[in-house]
Amino acid sequence: MITVGIDCGAKNTKTVVVKDNKIIGKGTSLTGFDQAAAVETSYNAALKDAGIEASDVGKIGGTGAGMDDIKQADVKVNEVKAMAKAANYYFPNARTVTDVGAEEGRAVKIDENGKVIDFAINEKCAAGAGAFIEAMARALEVDLQEMGPMVLKSDKEIPMNAQCAIFAESEVVGLIHAKTEKQDISKAIHDAMASRIVSMIRRIGVNKDVVMIGGVGLNPGFVDSLKKQLEIDELFIPEDPAYGAAVGAALVAAEEA
Amino acid sequence: MAEEVKENDEKQEFWRWTESNWKNPDLKWEDAKIITAGIDVGSVSSQAVICADGEIFAYSNMRTGSDSPESAKNALNYALEGTNMPESRIDYCIGTGYGRVNVPMADRSITEIACHARGANFIYGNEVRTVLDVGGQDCKAIRCDEKGKVINFLMNDKCAAGTGRGMEVFADLLSVPIVDVGERSFKIKEEPTPVSSTCVVYAKTEATGLLRKGWEVNEVLAAYCAAMAERIYSLIERIGIEKEFAITGGMAKNVGVIDRLMKIIKMDPMKTKWDTQIAGAVGAGLFGYTLVQKGKGRK
Amino acid sequence: MKGCDLILANYGYKDGSGEYFITIDTDKCDGCGKCVEACPGKVLEVGEDQNDPLNENEVAFVTEAERKKIKYTCGPCKPASNRPELPCVTACEPNAIEHSW
Repeated sequence: MITVGIDCGAKNTKTVVVKDNKIIGKGTSLTGFDQAAAVETSYNAALKDAGIEASDVGKIGGTGAGMDDIKQADVKVNEVKAMAKAANYYFPNARTVTDVGAEEGRAVKIDENGKVIDFAINEKCAAGAGAFIEAMARALEVDLQEMGPMVLKSDKEIPMNAQCAIFAESEVVGLIHAKTEKQDISKAIHDAMASRIVSMIRRIGVNKDVVMIGGVGLNPGFVDSLKKQLEIDELFIPEDPAYGAAVGAALVAAEEA
Repeated sequence: MAEEVKENDEKQEFWRWTESNWKNPDLKWEDAKIITAGIDVGSVSSQAVICADGEIFAYSNMRTGSDSPESAKNALNYALEGTNMPESRIDYCIGTGYGRVNVPMADRSITEIACHARGANFIYGNEVRTVLDVGGQDCKAIRCDEKGKVINFLMNDKCAAGTGRGMEVFADLLSVPIVDVGERSFKIKEEPTPVSSTCVVYAKTEATGLLRKGWEVNEVLAAYCAAMAERIYSLIERIGIEKEFAITGGMAKNVGVIDRLMKIIKMDPMKTKWDTQIAGAVGAGLFGYTLVQKGKGRK
Repeated sequence: MKGCDLILANYGYKDGSGEYFITIDTDKCDGCGKCVEACPGKVLEVGEDQNDPLNENEVAFVTEAERKKIKYTCGPCKPASNRPELPCVTACEPNAIEHSW
C-alpha cells in the first residue's frame, strides 16, 4: 500500500511517498502565503518523483502548522506523534527526539515502539526556532546556508544577553561595530539558540539515542553546539531531516488506514 | 518635520519630541536647605531633575548618546543651564533607569520601578494608583499607594512585543514615519482584527501576508496598534489595574495604541502639566530628598 | 517596618510562547537566603530591596541576568510531567515565592 505524508510547515511544505515502509518519492515547495497552493505543488512534485499517479495513493496524512490547508489529507496527524513515529522509523533506538523547524521547536520522549511518553514545545516565539538564526543571518549579512559552517571555525565563547530575536539583532550589530569576527558572532548566535533547545529537551529528560529532525538538522554549527551542550557524542540525524515530520505522517496514515 | 524612517540606523530619532530644559521661576534655590538631583538614563532619552526641598526646581530632557556617563553629564549640565546653581551645591544625587549604574556623579542608584512610582505620584498627584511606562525597549507596569510606594510591579524587557522597538519594526516594514503611525491607524473604514502573532518576528510575516491579501497600509497599522494594545493590557492585567491610571514613556505619544488600550481598560488616562518623560528622574530626585532628610543621604 | 505594606515583585517576562514570572512577596520575605541555597540555577539572590529604597530589610530577588531567561534556567526544575515541588518554593518558610508557570 502506498501512503503519503504532507507536512505544511511555516517555511516549506514537504511531501513524502511511502510504499511498504520504504520512501519512494519526495517533494518540497516554499509555503509562502497560499498554503493550499504550496501543498498542491509539493504533493505533485513527490508523486512525480515516485513515478506514480494520485490514484495510486491509498491514504494521505497531513501535519504541520498549516495542516488545515491540506485538503487532500485523510488523516490529520499531530506534529508530536509524527516526529515520534519518524524517529522510530529511522532509528529504532531513538528515545529522545527533537524537531527544530523554522517557527517551532519540540522535544519528545518516546518508547521502543515510537509511542509518545512525554513532550515539550516552544512555539510562537522566534527565540527558540530556526527563525532566530535566519533573523541573525540578516543582521550579520551572511547567507543563511553559510551561518552554520562558519561556527565550526570559531572557538570563542561570547555570551549573548538579548533573548528576543529583535533585540538580538541590535546586539549583533553592536558586535559587528566592535569588530568581532563574523564566525565568532555566528557561534554566539548558535550557542544561544542551542541552549534554549537544550533546556526544552532537559524538561523531558535526555535518554539515548537522541535524534534530531527538522530543517535545522542540516546546520552543522547548530548540531555541534547542541551536542556539546547536551554532553552527548552522537546525535542521530536522518539524511533529509526536513522531511522527518512528513515521513511520520505517512507512516501514521498507513497504520490508521 | 517627519523624516523618512527607512535606511536610518537611529530609528529612535523619530519620536517627535525635542530636547528641552525648564526652571521654576518662582523658586529661589539659594533659600533651599536641601538640593537633590535625579538623573534617569534611559535607552532612548535621559533626564535630569533638580529638586529644592522636595520641589522641582529645574529639569532637562535629552536624547541618550552612545555613552551613558556622558549622557548623564549632559543632562545635568543642561538642567543647570541658566540657573546660576553650581553643580557643587547639589547635596545628593541619585541615578536611575537603564544606565543607572553609569551615572558618574550619582551617590547611589535606585531602580526605575521605585523612581517611576514616586515620580508619577508627584507629577500626577497622589490619586495615581497604576502607572504604565512603555519605553523604547521595555514595558513597566506599577501599582502604587498614595505615597508613591510600589505595591506590585512587573517589567518586561525580554521580548520586543509591547515595546517601542516593536512599533519601530512595523513602521520600518510599512515605510511609515513612526510619528504618523497613531493617526494613520485611525484612517480606516472599519477596525480590523488585531495581528494575532505576539512575537514581532512572526507578526512581521503575518503583516506581509495581510499586505499581499490586499490590505491597506493603514489597516495593517491599525491591526498592529490593536495587537500592541492587547499585549500591553495582558501585561498590566497581571498586577491588576486600579484607578487612577497614568501613562508615561514614549508610547504615551502613540494615540493608535493608547486610545485602543484605554478602550479595553475603560478608563481615561490622567493628565498632567508636566512632561511625562521626567517621571523617573523626579522620583530619583525626591528619593534623594527623603534620604537626606532621614540622615541616610550622606556621601 | 514590616507587615504594613504588600509588595509583589514580578520578575520575568511574557513572550509569544507564554508567561514566565517569579513573584516574590517582599512583605513576607525575611531575607533568610534559603531559596538562594536551594536554587540549582542560581536564579535568586538576597540583598537590599532595590524597589523600595526606604525598606531597611534585605529581600530576595531574581538576578538581573536571569530575568530574561527564567523559562530556560528554571527548565530543569520543571519537567514536562510529574513535576516535583520547586526547590525555591519548598525552601521558603514564609511562602513568599510563587512561579506563574
